[in-house]
Amino acid sequence: MTVILIIVAVVIVLGLIVGLGFIAPRNRRGSLEPPSKRRTLVDDRVVPPEEVERAALVEAEVAADLATHVPVDDVVVEEVAERPRFRDRLGKARAALSGAMGSIAGRSKIDAETWDELEEALILADVGVGSTQELLDHLRARVKVDGLSNGEELLGALKAEMANRLSGFDRELKLSSDSGPTVWLFVGVNGVGKTTTIGKIGVRQVREGRTVLMAAGDTFRAAAAEQLGMWAERAGAEFVRGNEGGDPSAVIFDGVEAASARTIDLVLADTAGRLHNNVNLMEELSKVRRVADKGDGTVTEVLLVIDATTGQNGLVQAKQFTEAVELTGVVLTKLDGSAKGGIVIAIHDQLGIPVKLVGLGEGAEDLVSFDAHEFVEALFA
Amino acid sequence: MFESLSDRFESVLGKLKGKGKLSEADVDEALREIRLALLEADVNFTVVKNFCARIRDRAVGEEVSKALNPGQQMVKIVNDELTATLGGETIRITYNSKPPTVVLMAGLQGSGKTTNSAKLARWFKSQGRHPLLVGADLQRPAAVEQLRTLGRQIEVPVFSEDTDPVQVAKSALTEARKTGRDVVIVDTAGRLAIDADLMDEVRRISEAVDPDYTFLVIDAMTGQDAVNTAEAFHATLELDGVILTKLDGDARGGAALSVKEVVGRPIAFTSTGEKLRDFDLFHPDRLAGRILGMGDMLTLIEKAEEVYEKDQAEAAATRLLEGEFTLEDFLDQMQQLKKMGPLSGVLGMMPGIPKEVKNAQIDDREIARVEAIIRSMTPAERVDPDLIDQSRRVRIATGSGTEPARVGELIKQFKEMSKMMKRMGGAGTKRLTKSRRKVAKGKAKGPGGRSTGAGRVAPKGKAPLRLPDFEADLGGSKPGGGLRLPGLPGGPESDPFGLG
Repeated sequence: MTVILIIVAVVIVLGLIVGLGFIAPRNRRGSLEPPSKRRTLVDDRVVPPEEVERAALVEAEVAADLATHVPVDDVVVEEVAERPRFRDRLGKARAALSGAMGSIAGRSKIDAETWDELEEALILADVGVGSTQELLDHLRARVKVDGLSNGEELLGALKAEMANRLSGFDRELKLSSDSGPTVWLFVGVNGVGKTTTIGKIGVRQVREGRTVLMAAGDTFRAAAAEQLGMWAERAGAEFVRGNEGGDPSAVIFDGVEAASARTIDLVLADTAGRLHNNVNLMEELSKVRRVADKGDGTVTEVLLVIDATTGQNGLVQAKQFTEAVELTGVVLTKLDGSAKGGIVIAIHDQLGIPVKLVGLGEGAEDLVSFDAHEFVEALFA
Repeated sequence: MFESLSDRFESVLGKLKGKGKLSEADVDEALREIRLALLEADVNFTVVKNFCARIRDRAVGEEVSKALNPGQQMVKIVNDELTATLGGETIRITYNSKPPTVVLMAGLQGSGKTTNSAKLARWFKSQGRHPLLVGADLQRPAAVEQLRTLGRQIEVPVFSEDTDPVQVAKSALTEARKTGRDVVIVDTAGRLAIDADLMDEVRRISEAVDPDYTFLVIDAMTGQDAVNTAEAFHATLELDGVILTKLDGDARGGAALSVKEVVGRPIAFTSTGEKLRDFDLFHPDRLAGRILGMGDMLTLIEKAEEVYEKDQAEAAATRLLEGEFTLEDFLDQMQQLKKMGPLSGVLGMMPGIPKEVKNAQIDDREIARVEAIIRSMTPAERVDPDLIDQSRRVRIATGSGTEPARVGELIKQFKEMSKMMKRMGGAGTKRLTKSRRKVAKGKAKGPGGRSTGAGRVAPKGKAPLRLPDFEADLGGSKPGGGLRLPGLPGGPESDPFGLG
């Protein structure tokens, strides 16, 4: 068991380091910080400040993160119902950015500079080095075969190729055909907008005539459940919550049971934000997924919520989460900012997980179905 | 985080290190790899371009140093540039001569403003200040409540009122003066940089309180857009620095490099975990060392100093070198180690840990298991593990819920380790006091390839991948020099962990 060896080594070595008075001269810090530092540290030790934290804190962070981007305005929620199209919504953000693609489209011939610019544009959209290289290689071949000769044609071919890669996925949100309630589970790292997304979906589903129950599986902090409760109230959905710090699996199981008893169609299950490299929390999530399926309900969707500002780490997130809970789709939030969310191309390409919904604003009607063509257009806007 | 970036750098630069002469082609090849590594780490495209151009200029240019061979020189150049790009020096927080000192927190939704306001308050408190938290995020009902909860945990008062954010900020200053709080931290609502109305609001807040420090809170997982966000906020607010959050994830943190470069403002603080104390000043030079795979001993030592009971640790170390280290001591040490957070974090800061070990998923419950095994031993067994025969092994395994084999393994490895330590202790305590003094001195100017001082990388051809100061000060007792700590192999080529 190598882990034992590692532990033994670290303990001993570290103990030795400290014990030998391997103590850095204090004045290293002295210039940076007031001298009171040291005394305070000692004081702190006497009354250990560490006790506070973990649970409440994490919760709080999650709470902060989730809640922050939901200015839960009634106004916005009530506003009906015409679904905005990508472009209308994106207009604002994109107008602010100079169209890098404009200059490419204007080129009358394809030279090294054109390729460089194209590469830059793709990387700046968070498409990633790997996917970018692949796309450009593909394009280079096309230039020869199809005899593309100017920037406009090149750009057209690129968009077509990207849209092609994004097509052929089933983006429907599935409902169970069994008698029990359908369960949709929402997962993701901290601060991406899981609770908000559930709120918006709830509003939409209720509008479409389904009965909905929201289960506050984020038991980590007080505000998460309250926030979801507010959305439930607004959407006209039922709401189930557990004790703070309770077992999220249990809360969601209860939610499903309650939904079953009241013959509710759809359970939207929230979970606490967690970093995908935290093994224990990911195991907890696997359990939530298993338990959600145990009762009368059927889990038909496990949706990873990703923030459009996320860079290359998004792919790692998707990988880890799908290993833990078998994702059925992605919700890409905050696409109304200046970030373009290009990482979802790699997620489609490498993991075959489709983006199903896109968040383009704060209102419930701003959560729209993904459209490959418009997404690609927006990427280059 | 940063680990994968450092892996890449290590392999690129490793190829160069041995070379006596660098051709332009070598440099270009290395730069290609570096560029790729940086882009994959989400460093902004333009920043990467400039970074590589600068390195190329210097590498191909005249810089000749007699002490270093060209390969090492390349490592030094990359280290210098990395340090410069990351922001050179640690930010120095000064306090307004007319209190309160005002800090304004701004950022996108979900970046972690509220939590980090509290973390910052805790930090100020640890500096002997008296912070006041201000909840100016009135956009969502829970925000202020959350801040209050956090405030209770760190025993810092929270001010808010149900007016508008600008008014709240203004009243907070009055409140602070009235109650004698000397630092005011204003938490604002999250906003998109392109939302003109909200950006205007935050500017008005800023005008109302005239902050001494304006920090932008950025998520370490942010991609290329980090730069746009930082630029937009900087244009509105004139930032003083950035607080980088969620560094405990595995994002490679390119945002850290980009923001400083583009906005010209340093990363001031980083938040590296879920607990309120997982937050500290950012040390660019140390991070550069870490990215280059040279460990971050300074931070490690600082962290250790905070949690270790010094006397106890000293006594234990003495016993260790005398060969009197028992499992009881080991248990004590392990308790201290646990306070330093997840093992993987500690490993990440140690230099010279092979990446197979660093990347291995270490379940921290393993520590608990080891602990359980030792706690299942009688005091006599802890002092003299040789007592433990098969029957006792089975008993201990049952008591700790493990396998007899694991008990045996632990004892075996513990023994081997202490044997090595004893040998290392050599002549015993007489030397210890002396060497201890020397160690302390050596820290300032030890010749052993200080891993963190800017530009002092691996001099004299020594691989930087060891515990340098040990080497310099203790190792002298043994012919052949370097004290290779068992379990901390001298370089990536050795693999005592059998993971390779």
